Amino acid sequence: MPQWLSTANYGAQQNTNLPADLPKAVRLCQRPLIKQICFLPLHLLATFRQPSTLIAPPGEKFIIMKDYLVYMSQAHMGFRRAELESLAEMHGFSVDLSGLSEKSPFFVVQLENDEQAAQLIRRSVLSRAIYELWGQGATLADLHADVKQRSSALISKYKQSTFKFDIVSYQGSRKSREQQLALINSFAFLAFEGKIKMKNPDQIFAILEAYSIVNQEPAPQPDYMYFGREVEVSERSRGVLERHEIAKRPYYGTTTFDAELALVSCNLAQTRAGQLIYDPFVGTGSFALAAAHYGAFAYGTDIDFRALKGKGPSRRLATNFEKYGTSHLFGDVLCMDFTHNAFRKNLLFDSIVCDPPYGVREGLKVCGTNREERFEGKEKIIIDGEYAYLRRDFIQPKKNYSLDLLLDDLLQFAAERLPVNGRLCFWMPVANDQDIPTLVPQHEKLQLVYNLVQEFNKWSRRLLVYAKRDANYKGTTITSQERGLQNDFRNRYFHRFK
Amino acid sequence: MKFLTTNFVKCAVKSCDASELSFPLKYEECELQLQEHDFNPEFLISMLPRLNWDAIVQVAADLGNTTLPSTKPEGIEDNEQMLKDLHSLLLETQIINGKMTCRHCGHIYYIKDSIANFLLPPHLANS
Repeated sequence: MPQWLSTANYGAQQNTNLPADLPKAVRLCQRPLIKQICFLPLHLLATFRQPSTLIAPPGEKFIIMKDYLVYMSQAHMGFRRAELESLAEMHGFSVDLSGLSEKSPFFVVQLENDEQAAQLIRRSVLSRAIYELWGQGATLADLHADVKQRSSALISKYKQSTFKFDIVSYQGSRKSREQQLALINSFAFLAFEGKIKMKNPDQIFAILEAYSIVNQEPAPQPDYMYFGREVEVSERSRGVLERHEIAKRPYYGTTTFDAELALVSCNLAQTRAGQLIYDPFVGTGSFALAAAHYGAFAYGTDIDFRALKGKGPSRRLATNFEKYGTSHLFGDVLCMDFTHNAFRKNLLFDSIVCDPPYGVREGLKVCGTNREERFEGKEKIIIDGEYAYLRRDFIQPKKNYSLDLLLDDLLQFAAERLPVNGRLCFWMPVANDQDIPTLVPQHEKLQLVYNLVQEFNKWSRRLLVYAKRDANYKGTTITSQERGLQNDFRNRYFHRFK
Repeated sequence: MKFLTTNFVKCAVKSCDASELSFPLKYEECELQLQEHDFNPEFLISMLPRLNWDAIVQVAADLGNTTLPSTKPEGIEDNEQMLKDLHSLLLETQIINGKMTCRHCGHIYYIKDSIANFLLPPHLANS
């Protein structure tokens, strides 16, 4: 062990930087808070019985990062990094996700402690769980060796805990009970002294394996193995997708937005308790329900009164909130033309999450009329001593509107109504052969932070995420006029994208 | 529509944007209903900075409640009775049916089946 790694020795040279000849495993970097972060492999941590006794140079603080293993879901691959980054940012830390790749559901990440690990994963929809990493290796023998080395520093805290073992196998074939037991028993060298408890143990230790598929069969041996202590499981692993399944809702419609991606959208919008969120095209309310699931107070508006009214008193949006036990987070739904918005100008929304209507089914409409001559003078019609347009039963006519203009309106609204760092997340459909970058709207007060793609056969749907920045920020503005190109998705859809 | 929402909405007509009279709307012929919700003081406290007190007082008066102090009381956060009263007024009071009129342009909006309708007729929307 290098000399300088002993606590006493380092304390003696506290006013100098760490020596230049650091082993590769130890990295130092600077963070804005003038904290120094020290990445120590866990087996070296054993040197410092109590890491807090490390003496940092004046005005600086050492943070010892630990290795954690994240187990991802292999769904919506293109959205996974953005989800975790957004959740970390929401909790006030940054995270290096360079280990995340599409090839494997497992990757190692460095975090300060279990609390950060839990914050990163707890409400994630596209990951499954996070583990404190106790070892890894290409073979069981390698894994054992690594666990033996690293666990010496970790085990004392858990020696007496009640525990159980889990085997997590990605793409592996089913193991017999004997095979499972043999695998678990091969870790007997850890010599835990606590009781084994299958229900609610203090700790869950997991053996995780990733297999390749060869000739449509799982390979006989895993490509790679990990061992870890479970720190937190994700919202997905707790069954949110089953609970939010659209067909099980009292109220849904043909255009109800996918529950999984609605929850992901709300994670990217960083919606949380104490916030006010707004879906301007609420329809049957998937985004409002997802926002309330994460504790935010949800408002929705829609131009279609029938969608808001639902299918009777026990089958409307409020009923869905009741089903999920979030009635107290259901603000209101109002019938409103987004382009003639009735929310007072100084009301801020913490985030805006929506799927603007591109009108495949009904065409995109706003209030007004395309045939002004037909309505000319009609505002003067009086029925029973009242202006007809002021009567309770008056039906407001609607006119066609373009998706491009609506998106300009949406960005302008977000620029005016979001607080600094508040996010606008919306979905935009595009035909694949269009020059897509030219179709993405921009506003100088909003920074485009993500442009994520969900591919379909001849078209794709993009989740665009913008963050409102402070007064010093000046980005570019690209309105529909500057975009020049028309996003005539609806027309293309009906012509089968020819 | 919750009473709370009356604190968020104004007249939708664009030419009313600049007028202070367009918020709050004037509430008349309202049918009210009390819908119970669990009392959640933290949530109410988080909403307090967003509220316009004058508008709460004005709309409450429209609906026949003149018991509210005319200026926002200090320290609502620590006043449990006040929070409970606000909970009942803002979150539990529903307007099931009613009429909302803009004090600036006189346009009338209706609340039907608890849902407020802010859609505009062509001569007000096209301008």
